[in-house]
Amino acid sequence: MKPPAFDFVRPEGMEEVLETLHLRSSDARIIAGGQSLVPMLNMRLARPGVLVDITGLRNLQSIHEVRGEVVIGAAVRQAELEAWPHLRRKLPLLAQAIRWIGHVQTRARGTVCGSVAHADPSAELPLALIALNGSVRLASQRSKRTVPAADFFLGMMSTAIAEGEMIEAVTFPVAENGTGYAFREIGRRHGDFAIVACAAVADKTATRLAIGGVDDHPRQFDLPQENGDELDDALNDIAWALNARDDLHASGRYRRELVRRLGRETVLEARSCRN
Amino acid sequence: MPQLAADTKHRVAFHLNGRKVEVLAENRMLLSDLLRHELGATGTHVGCEHGVCGACTVQVDGAPVRACLILAAQIDGADVRTVEALTPTAQQLSPLQAAFREKHGLQCGFCTPGILMTLDALLTTRPDASEQEIREHLSGHLCRCTGYATIVAAALAAVEEIRKEQKYNA
Amino acid sequence: MTINLQRAGLVGRSMPRVEDAALLIGRGRYIDDLPTRRDTAHMVVLRSPHAHAEIRSIDVSKALEVEGVHAVITGDDVAALTRSLTVGVKADVECWPIARDRVRYVGEPVALVVADTRYIAEDALDLIAVEYDMLPVVMDPEAALQEDAALLHPSLGSNCIAERSFRYGDPESAFAEAKHRFAIDVSYPRNSCTPIETYGVIAEYDPGEDAYDVTANFQGPFSIHAVVALALKVPGNRMRLRTPPDSGGSFGVKQGVFVYAILAAVAARVSGRPVKWIEDRLEHLMASVSATNRATRLEAAVEADGRITALRWDQIEDCGAHLRAPEPATLYRMHGNMTGAYAIANVAIRNRVVLTNKTPTGLNRGFGGPQIYYPLERLMHRIADELGIDRLEVIRRNLVPSDAFPYRTATGALLDSGDYAAALDTALANGNFDELIERRRQARAAGKLYGIGLAAAVEPSVSNMGYITTALTPEQRAKAGPKNGAQAVATISIDPLGAVTVKVASVPQGQGHRTVLAQVVAERLGIPFKAVRVNTELDTARDAWSIASGNYSSRFAAAVAGTARLAADRIRDRLAEIAAGQLNVEASQVDFLDGRIFDRLNPDNSISFNRVAATSHWAPGMLPEGTDHTIQETVFWTPEQLEAPTSKDGINSSLCHGFIFDFCGIEIDPATGAVRIDKYVTMHDCGRVLHPAMVEGQVRGAFAQAVGAALFEEYAYGQDGSFLSGTLADYLIPTVMEVPDPVILHYESPSPFTPLGAKGVGEGNCMSTPVCIANAIADATGAIDITLPLSPGRIGDLIFGEEKPSSQPQTRTPNKSSSGQRQLTGQGSATVSASRQTVWDMLLDPATLEAIIPGAHGVERVSATHFRADVTLGVGPVKGRYRAEIKLSDMVEPEAVTLSGSTQGALGFGNGVGRITLREADGKTIVGYSYEAGIGGKVASVGGRLLDGAARVVIGQFFQALARHAGGGTPHGGLLSRLKALLGGRS
Ligand code: FES
Ligand code: FES
Repeated sequence: MKPPAFDFVRPEGMEEVLETLHLRSSDARIIAGGQSLVPMLNMRLARPGVLVDITGLRNLQSIHEVRGEVVIGAAVRQAELEAWPHLRRKLPLLAQAIRWIGHVQTRARGTVCGSVAHADPSAELPLALIALNGSVRLASQRSKRTVPAADFFLGMMSTAIAEGEMIEAVTFPVAENGTGYAFREIGRRHGDFAIVACAAVADKTATRLAIGGVDDHPRQFDLPQENGDELDDALNDIAWALNARDDLHASGRYRRELVRRLGRETVLEARSCRN
Repeated sequence: MPQLAADTKHRVAFHLNGRKVEVLAENRMLLSDLLRHELGATGTHVGCEHGVCGACTVQVDGAPVRACLILAAQIDGADVRTVEALTPTAQQLSPLQAAFREKHGLQCGFCTPGILMTLDALLTTRPDASEQEIREHLSGHLCRCTGYATIVAAALAAVEEIRKEQKYNA
Repeated sequence: MTINLQRAGLVGRSMPRVEDAALLIGRGRYIDDLPTRRDTAHMVVLRSPHAHAEIRSIDVSKALEVEGVHAVITGDDVAALTRSLTVGVKADVECWPIARDRVRYVGEPVALVVADTRYIAEDALDLIAVEYDMLPVVMDPEAALQEDAALLHPSLGSNCIAERSFRYGDPESAFAEAKHRFAIDVSYPRNSCTPIETYGVIAEYDPGEDAYDVTANFQGPFSIHAVVALALKVPGNRMRLRTPPDSGGSFGVKQGVFVYAILAAVAARVSGRPVKWIEDRLEHLMASVSATNRATRLEAAVEADGRITALRWDQIEDCGAHLRAPEPATLYRMHGNMTGAYAIANVAIRNRVVLTNKTPTGLNRGFGGPQIYYPLERLMHRIADELGIDRLEVIRRNLVPSDAFPYRTATGALLDSGDYAAALDTALANGNFDELIERRRQARAAGKLYGIGLAAAVEPSVSNMGYITTALTPEQRAKAGPKNGAQAVATISIDPLGAVTVKVASVPQGQGHRTVLAQVVAERLGIPFKAVRVNTELDTARDAWSIASGNYSSRFAAAVAGTARLAADRIRDRLAEIAAGQLNVEASQVDFLDGRIFDRLNPDNSISFNRVAATSHWAPGMLPEGTDHTIQETVFWTPEQLEAPTSKDGINSSLCHGFIFDFCGIEIDPATGAVRIDKYVTMHDCGRVLHPAMVEGQVRGAFAQAVGAALFEEYAYGQDGSFLSGTLADYLIPTVMEVPDPVILHYESPSPFTPLGAKGVGEGNCMSTPVCIANAIADATGAIDITLPLSPGRIGDLIFGEEKPSSQPQTRTPNKSSSGQRQLTGQGSATVSASRQTVWDMLLDPATLEAIIPGAHGVERVSATHFRADVTLGVGPVKGRYRAEIKLSDMVEPEAVTLSGSTQGALGFGNGVGRITLREADGKTIVGYSYEAGIGGKVASVGGRLLDGAARVVIGQFFQALARHAGGGTPHGGLLSRLKALLGGRS
C-alpha cells in the first residue's frame, strides 16, 4: 500500500493552479487535506500524474460572509470551520453535522471543499450543501462559474467539475430567523460514513429534507407541512424514489425504512426548533 | 512555483520534536514511512495506511493527524511531534504516560503512541476535558487488546493529575 | 474460595508492567523497527483477484525491467526450492504457500517481487501480467458438499477433505427415550481478531551452510517450525526462527505468518540478499488468516424437566481453500468440551471439513469455542422457552454437579476443578441479576425493546498437542504413533553478580508475560521484583523450546508461569543447600526474603542472595557435595493429564477448564435497530489469579473482540467469491464508543493440575459473549433465527415487519435485500433521434463502439459479433486501465441484442450482460436496456461502498454516449440531466 509516483507542485497563485490544471487536465488532481485522496493513492486506486497543493494559497484560506452567504475557501480545513466562532449562529445545520464527519484526526486536515469535491454519497458536507441549497464556485483558466448544489452532484464520486476546473469555494446561505434545522445520522460505528443521514430545513411555509447515504448522491425533497399521515406518505414515497443501495452494511430495504423513520424524526425536530 | 518531479527525491525540511530536520524523499513517501524509516523515529506505528486505525497519529502544527495520510511533499515547513517527544526527560514519563502505566492502559502497545498523541493534543488545549470529549477523541483509534476501558481510565487519571499539578503551581 | 497469597505478596498483585515504559516512550521493538542489514530488500506479494481460476500465463518481463528490482518469483520458482506443506489429515492433496497452476481464493499469492523499497516493489508488481481462466466458485460450506459443486482440488475427488463420526455413551437410545427433542441450525460467520500490527518477516539465506534465518512476528505453536523446515527442505537446525522483542497483538492470527516466512525465505535465497516483508492491511484482511465459519445442526434429547440426556452434533467446518497447519484444529480444539458446562452423558458427533474458495483458516482467539457455544447456548435458551421453564433453571439443572470434579466429560475432557453452580449464583448475586430483570420490566413497560441474555461456558486452556489427532481414525493414529502432552519450558540463569534472568518460549503478544514471570520468580527467590529480568524473545537456534512453545490456548499462566515456578523451586532448593553450609544450618531451615538468605529460626544469621547466587561462578569448589550449580536451570514440564486420544476417541483436549457465566441486558432502538449493551456481567473462574489487572485486561480485550463478532465484524464474500471486507472501513472493529465496560467477577477454584493453580482466561469471552448477546436479542425481539453479526440492518429485519409499499408504481425492481453480494442490476431507457436501423448498425460497428465505450482506446473487431478493446474506466479519481471483451448474441435485427462484456485490469475485473431493445416512436428510437453486472478484485475488496455507483456511472456513460452518437446530442445541461436519468434508471 504505497502510492504510485507523481509530480507535485506548490503553486503560489491561482493562475499557476489553473495553468497546471489546464496543461495536465485529467492527469492532475488538487490536493488540500488529502484525507480522501491519499487513501486512494495508497491503495493505488488513483494514479494522478501531478498533485497540485493548494493549501498555501492565502485567498483560499478564509471563511467569510458576503451578501447572506458564508463562503468557505478551498483550503479551509473542517476543523477550522468547526472552530469558526459564528458557526452555530450562521450555519446551525453545519454546526450539528460537522461532529459526524470522520474523526478529530481527519477533520484536522480534511477540507470542506475537498469533501464536496470527493462527493461520497454518504458524506455529511455534500448533504448539508444540498439541504441548504448552497453552491459551488468553480474556476478554470478560461472561466469561473457557480453551480448550485442540486446540479453539482452527478453520482457516486461524480460531480460537475470539468477537466481543468477546480473548486475555489463553497457557499452556504446564512441561517434565517424562523427557520429550524436538524441533522440525524445512523452509521455502524461512531465516525463511520452514514448508512442514512437526514438534514431538514423547516420554516413557516416549507420543509425540505435532504437525504444522504441512500442514493448515489445526496438528494433533496419538499415535504408537506402536516405532521401526520401525509408526512409519512411523503416520506414513504421518498424512500421508494431513492435508489436505495444494498451493501455490506445495510440492505436497501433497511435504508428505506430509515428514510421513513429517521426522516420523520429529523423533520419534526427541525419544525420544533423554528423560532 | 516549486515543481517537484515524480522520479527524483526532493529536500523536505521540517521540525521534528523541536529539532530542524532535512531529508531527501520522493513526493509520494508517506509521512509515516519518512519518520520511521528515513529518520528512525519508529515510535509512530502503522496499522492500516488508510486512515482508520489511528496507530500512526502524530501532531502536525499541534493537531493530531494521520501520518499515513500525509505525503512527504506536504510536510515541508511543518512542525511535527511524535511520541518520542512526550517524555520530559529520558528517565521520566509524562503524567499521561505514567497514567497509562498505572491504569494498565496498554497491552501490546502498538496502538498506544497514536493514542498518546491524540490525548496529548487534547489535554494541551483542553486540560479539563470531559470523559465524553476524551471518548470522542479516542474514537479515532482502534485498540485490539484492551477493550478501551483502561485507556479511558488512564486519560481521566491524567486529567486529574494535570489538575493537581496546576493547582500546585498556582 | 481464595487461596493464601505468598508472603512476599508479589504473585496476585497488579504490579506495574515492566513492559510499559519502553512502549510508552516509543521505544518498543516490533518487527518493523528492528535493524536490518544494509542490503536488505523488500518483498511484495501479487495476489489473485479471482476466487477460483486457472493461471494461463504469468508475464514478469516488464516487472523485471524496473530499476531497483532484484527478483520476481512465481509459484513454480517457489515449488522448485520447497516441498508442499504438510497437511494435518490423510488426504491426497498438495498445499502450497503460493499458487501454481490455479488460484483458489481472492488474495492467494501468485508472484513475489523483491526490490530496493516497498514503493518500487509495488511499482513493479503493477507490471506483472497474469492471464486467468475463471472457474466456478464454491463459497458455502454446505453447497461445497453437493454433488455438482465445482472441485477446488480435483485430486481429492470432493470438497470434503476429512470426515469423522463419533459416538460417546448411547446417544441413539437417549434420543429414542427422550421426552423432547429440540434442534437448532446455525451458520457461524467468518471473522478474525485481526491485530493492529500486521504480519512481518525478515529472512536471510546462507548458501554456504544451506541455512535459513528468519525473524517473524510469529506467535507459535512451534510445531509449525517443523512444517516450515520441512517445506524449505532443510533440517530444523538449519531453519533458525526468531521472534522480535515486541509484537503488536496476535490473538492467534500471527500463527498464520509462517506461510510468508517460507515465501520470504525463498525470496531471500533467490534474490541473494536479506528480504523483509511487512504485510499491509489490505493483504491482512483479505488473506492472512480467518477463523472458520461453520454450519452446525445441533439436536438435544431433553427430559420434561429440561435435563439434557444427549446431544447430536453435525458440524460442517469451512477451512477455506487449503487445509493449512494446524487445521482442522479449530474443529477439534473443543472436542473434549462438546457438552459445554453441562453433564451430558451421551453424545454423537459428525464432523466434516470442507474446502471453499475463501482464505485458509487458522488460529484465532476463542479457537473453535464461539462455533460450538453459539449453537449450544442458543439451544439452551430455546429448550427453556419451549418447555416454559425459566432459562436460568435449565442451565442450572444441566451444570456439571459441584461435587463431581475432576469430572470426565462424555467426549473425554477432564474438567479439573470448579463449582459451577456456586459461581453462577455468585454471579447472579454480585452482578445484580434481579435488578436487571426489573430494568427489563420497566423498559418494556415503557414500550422499549429490551432483552436479557445468558451464557454458560467452559473455557479450555493449555491444549493437548495430541487433540488434533482425533481427526484421524484410531487406526491412522496407531500407525502415525501417539501424540500427546504440551511441553512448557522456562530457564532461569544467574550471572556472576547474582542477577537473575528468566527466559521462556512463550512469545508474548502484549500480555505482559515478562511482568508475571518476574513476580513469580522474584517471589520464590525472595528478591525484589525489579531484580529479575525476563527475556521473551525466542531464537530456535539458541533457546530451549519445543513444539508446544508459543502463545496460544491461553497457556501462559497455567503452563509457562507454572514452569518458571518449577525452575525457581529447583534453583531455590540448591541455593538453600549452598547457603545452609555458609549459615551453618539445615537446608530446610533456610528462607529467602528481601534479597537475603537466612536462617528462619534466627533471621539475623543471613547472607546476601547475590553472594550465594554467585558461588557457582566464582567458587564452584565450595558447592556442597551432591549439589549442582545454580548458573542456569531449564525446566521442561508437560502435564500428565494430557494423554493421547483413547481408542474410543475420548480426548482430554485441554489441561485446564475455567468456567464462565455471562448475562447481559440489551436495548434495541425500535426506530433504527441500533443495539445498546445496557449492562454486561461476566463471571470467571480462572483458578488462581496471578495478576488481577492483567486478567481483567484479558477479559476486557476478549469481550471487546466478541462485541465486534456479535455486532460488527465479518469477513464477507460475494457470491462470485470476491472479498468484500477489504479495508478497516468495511471490516468494522468496534471503537471506544461501541464497547461498554463489563462488570467482571471472579470465583477462584485453583486448578490442581497446574503448578500455580492458574487456568487460562484469555479466550473465554470470545466464546461466551457472542451468544450471550444473541440470546439477549432473541429475548428482546422474540426472534429465533439470529445470525451474526447483528448489524442494525439485520436487527431491522427482525423488528420492522412488512415494508410499506410505494404509492407509485415502481419503474424498476427494487434491489433485493442481498447485502454481501457484489451483483448489480439495473435498467432504463433513453430516447434518441435516429431510426432503429441506424442505432442497430452502430451497435455492430467498431468505430461507433470505440466512440461509445467509455474510455476506449481502439476497438479491435475479432469477429462480426466479438470485439476487444482497451479501456480506461474510472469514477472520480479512481481510474484504471482494463482490457475488455464484448460479445453480441441473441440478435434480432433491428429490435434486440444481448451484449456481454468482461474486463480485466489491475484494479479488478468485471463482467456483465445487458439486453438492449430498440423501439420506434415518432421517428425516434427508444433504447431500452437492462443489465446485470458483477465486479470483483481489488476494487470490490476496498471500494465496496463506491462500487455499485461506479459501475452504474460507467454503464450509464455507455448508453449516454450511444444516445449522443445516435444523434441525441444535446447541449451540456441536457446531457447532464440525461446522464442522471440514465444513472438512476428513471426517465
Ligand atoms: S496507519 Fe494511519 S490510520 Fe492506520
Ligand atoms: S494495546 Fe494492543 S492494540 Fe492497543
